[in-house]
Order: sequence, then structure tokens, then C-alpha cells
Amino acid sequence: MADEITQEIFQHLVDLAALELDAEEAEYLLKELNGQLKAVRELEAIDVDSNIETTSHGVPYTEKIRPALREDRIEAFGNPEAIMEQAPDVEDNYLVVPVIPHTELE
Amino acid sequence: MKQSLSDMPAHVLARAIRNGEYSAEEVLDAAINRIRAVEGRQPSLEQYELQPDDRDKVHAFITLTEERARKQAQKVDRKVAEGKDPGKLAGVPFSVKDIFCVQDTPSTAASRILANFSSPYTATPVQRLETAGGLNVGKVNLDEFTYGSSNESSAFQPPVGNPWDPSRVPGGSSGGSAASVAAGECALSLGTDTAGSIRQPAGFCGVVGMKPTYGRVSRYGLIAFASSLDCPGPVARDVTDAALMLEVIAGADRHDATAAVLDVPEYTAGLERGVKGKRIGLSDDYFMVKYPDPETGELVEQPIQPEIRERVLHAADRLADAGAEIVEQIPMPHTHYGIPVYFVISRVEAASNLHRYDGVKYGYRHPGQVEELAELYRKSRGEGFGLQPKLRILMGMYVSAAQYEKNYYQQALRARTLIRSDFDKIYDPEGEYRLDCLLTATTPTTAFEIGQVYGDSVLMQYADLLTVPANHAGIPGISVPAGFDSNGLPIGIQFLGHDFDEQTLLQTGRAFELATENEDWRQVKPAVLRGLS
Repeated sequence: MADEITQEIFQHLVDLAALELDAEEAEYLLKELNGQLKAVRELEAIDVDSNIETTSHGVPYTEKIRPALREDRIEAFGNPEAIMEQAPDVEDNYLVVPVIPHTELE
Repeated sequence: MKQSLSDMPAHVLARAIRNGEYSAEEVLDAAINRIRAVEGRQPSLEQYELQPDDRDKVHAFITLTEERARKQAQKVDRKVAEGKDPGKLAGVPFSVKDIFCVQDTPSTAASRILANFSSPYTATPVQRLETAGGLNVGKVNLDEFTYGSSNESSAFQPPVGNPWDPSRVPGGSSGGSAASVAAGECALSLGTDTAGSIRQPAGFCGVVGMKPTYGRVSRYGLIAFASSLDCPGPVARDVTDAALMLEVIAGADRHDATAAVLDVPEYTAGLERGVKGKRIGLSDDYFMVKYPDPETGELVEQPIQPEIRERVLHAADRLADAGAEIVEQIPMPHTHYGIPVYFVISRVEAASNLHRYDGVKYGYRHPGQVEELAELYRKSRGEGFGLQPKLRILMGMYVSAAQYEKNYYQQALRARTLIRSDFDKIYDPEGEYRLDCLLTATTPTTAFEIGQVYGDSVLMQYADLLTVPANHAGIPGISVPAGFDSNGLPIGIQFLGHDFDEQTLLQTGRAFELATENEDWRQVKPAVLRGLS
């Protein structure tokens, strides 16, 4: 697993991340990503097929600490204008976006 | 010399204001004067050029909310005059890390992408501080989106200076919080801790910082980084103030399903119960650590800074004198997984949380013409995010993308189990060690110089080496000041405890304060305060 993030993989990641980078930024980021991967490789000592369970929250999320489920009810936010005012481009209370080109789903 | 109102602890101030000895407005005036004296120029988005006195000042506040605080102070004073209860934090000035939403104030996350965002609502812990009579003096700087350990990655420059030596970093990401409290610009600050972001800057700035148990404090209104790790918590100048603040902000919240529905103890009651009979552990795995060599960048086993180790051992001695039982050689064999696991889990969660910034609903939008929506996303995000968010998003994409996933995420989740099991074993009441808490250094080094580490994202991450295991395990931790190194820089020690047992940590921290209250180092004041009346 001595893998490295190549230029080609990097470009794909940038695309997935919906980012546009200049050349200087891209060079720095690729270098740092590969530096971080070196540290991450320490995890290779962990056998995923072993019976160690996974932990997604440190503190067990038990019934004792979890809020009880409650009825799903609409509570209107008092000031929707304050939310809409944050949008960079609004017309007749609609958010304005550029064209979304038609794409065929495979 | 009479102590300035700005240097008084929150619990003393609140009591004096309730008794009518001082007015809340008077306290606020003192805070504003202190801010004027130590702040220097306000951090901004403009192209940063170093100016001569930048390295003498604190630069903690992105936004000052003096008017908001003034109204709150007048309300407190009115209540006192009318004989009504003005609240537990009556008239206490506090700052808020600018990662929390506060209604009608810019809530920037120290990022260009949110620089123009004015929140339509207020985060629960901020709301609780204000309801308790606290005076919200402003929003303080941080690493962009909390991504860093030095505050240098903020889009708002100049960077925050460490009040003990402003040419050095305050730590991070809650660096503005720790610096503003250390410099007496406010008595309390609300920070967040995802890998050490409260405790590490508290250590660097000589103040108290607590990461409560995961779920102890609501995250409603906190701009999310890594949702399985983020914890809001107090930054204060002493343990009593941290206890008082936690008492106010902790507890269930119907707006946050991860906020635990457990009762919140009155932490300030019984705070001076002492450590008699408490079992406090020391672990070599926190003294000898795998850390990148600053020259070569290779990971090598090396000891933490010797002066820091010495202060940890000194603290153990003082606590033993106070009646604690010190248990040495506690095995914490998985500590070294902390940073690698963090590189995976926090990045996956960050990438997911940052996908919402799209230039459409709020925040920065690319101002020029674009052909189509995807281009708007790419340009808005490319221009709006700084390098550190980009780095985290890309790493998150890599370690979670199906075609590249080398099991890293699955391995990280298992290593997290191992880290948690280290703590379960040492705290098990039936087990071999039966500890009440573990005593460690907060950081492997003291505060470094501005510009010394920034840019090297691996070395920077390792500043959290001793604090991040608590985040993976979810347990609470507190950093308290314990002395200085030979450069006069603060050293922090850390107590790590059981789930939801902040009480024991606060009592232990307080016992340490009492055991060392006459030591000379406690008289030293931060550099930025010298010469102030």
C-alpha cells in the first residue's frame, strides 16, 4: 500500500471537491497531501479483518444520554427574510443560479 | 497596586456586581480600555503586510460587539438596582470564537467564504452565556474553520499574537479565545476543541481551557468541522471560572440531538474538595512520543520538551503532598495512533461538512460571469477557501473515495476503538489501575514563533499529539497553567478524566492551584500587560 497521490489522482480529487486551484496552490497541496499520507500509513498495522470493532463516537451514545424521540412537527423560523438576505443572488424570493447543463445519466 | 477590573476572575466580578460594588458598565468600560491598549490593528481580509508594531500586539478580535455588550451591561445594572437576580455571570465580559453563530453579527469562521455572513440565529452556548448576564464583547480569531494549531491560517490578518510574547503564536485553533483571556480583554471565552483546540492554546497562553465530554455542551449554532469530535468548552484564567462557565453552557438542548440529556452538576460547589485518596496516573506514552523531526520531517521517537516534563512531575509531587496517590507507568499503548487516525477521520468529516459552501445560499460567491453551475461552485470555493480547508477537503475526498480507499477509514475507526480502550482500561473501577484521572503535558513544546511551523501541515498537526486522544475517546480534559520554560513561555499540564466526570477534573485542577498558589511563577504577568496601569 505504498501509494502516492499522483498528479492524475490529484486532479480527480480537485474535481470531486469542486475546487479551482492556481498552480502554486496545487503544488503546495499535493506535496502536503503526500506528507500527510506518510503519517497515515502508520494505520496499516491495523488489520481490518480482525475482530476489533469500529468506533464512530468515542462516548457510547446510549439511551441514558440520548434525547427521547419526539413528534416530527413543523416549527416555523420567525424571520425567514434574515435567511434569504444572506443569499448572494435572489429574485422574487428564488435563489438565482447559473445554467445547469443537461447531462445524460449512465 | 490595586487589581484592574480586567484582571479579576469572573466569579469575583459577578459576585461584586451582584452586591453592587461595581456596575456592569464600569466593568465593560475597563474591558474596552484594555482591548484598546493591547489589541493593535484589527485583523482584516486585506492583503497582509507586516507593520512594525504588529508583533507587539494581540489582534484577537475579528469583530467587536461593544454595543451589544453595552445593552447587556445596562440590563444587568437595571436588574441589580431592582433587586432581581442578574444571573451567574452578571457583568462578566466574554469573547466568542468566531466559529459560533451570533445573531446579527458577522460569523466568519475566519474564512473569506463566510466573511459576509451575518447569522440569523444565535448558538445555544452563546445564548446561555448572555442569558446568564455575561457581556458579549466580540468574536475572536481562529485558524480558518478551526483548521490549525497556531491561528496563522486565518483569512483575517495580522495573526493573533501570544500575550506572553507576541512574536509567538497563541496556539490554536481557539487562539483568539486564549489570547483575549490571557491579556484580560475579557474574563472568559467560548472555544471549541476537536483535537486540542481549546487545551493547546490554553497551554500556550497560560490560561485554563477545558474540553468537556463529547455531548456535554450543545453544538447548535457551531459551524461544524468534524462532527464526531467537536466540543465547545470554556477558556478562563482560573479553574473556578472554567467551572462556573461550564455550569452555564452545559446541558441538554432540544436543537442538538448529540447533546446529552444528563443533569449538569453544580461544578462550583465542592470545587475545593481536594484530591485526598484520588488516584492520578502518569504515563510514559505521553512523555516519549513519536513526532516529526523538525529538520528531516521523519517520524521519530523523542521526549517532550524536558522543562515541560519537569513541570508535569512537579505537579504530581504537589498533588501527592495534597493527598493524591500517584500511579506511575500507566500503559497508553495506542496514543501514537492519535494523529494518523485524526488525519483520516477529521478530514472525511470536514470534507462532508464543507460541501455546503456553494456560493448560492449564503457566503462568498464568485463575482464574475460563469457558464454553468458547476463552474460557479468551483470558482466560489476556489476563491473563498484558504489553503487549509482545501487541504482537508482533498484529503477527505482521497481517504473516502471508493477507488482510492485503501481501508484507511476502516482502519482509523478501529484504531479509534483501541485508543478508547486504553482509557477504558485505566479508568475501570474493577481493573488494575482504577484511575480517577491521568496527568500529562498539554503540548510537547511551548509556543513557537509565528512563521516557524506554518506551512508544514504535518508538523503543525503533531502539536495536538497529546490532546487528540481525548477527542477520539470522547472523554473530558482540562489544561491548567503549571509554570514557564526558560524563555518565559507558559507550560500547560493536562488532566484527562472519565466520561461526563468534568467534576473530578475541575476539583483536581483546583487542588493543583491551591497547592501551588504561593509559587513565584504565579506572580508573572503577560508581556503585553507590562507598563499598563
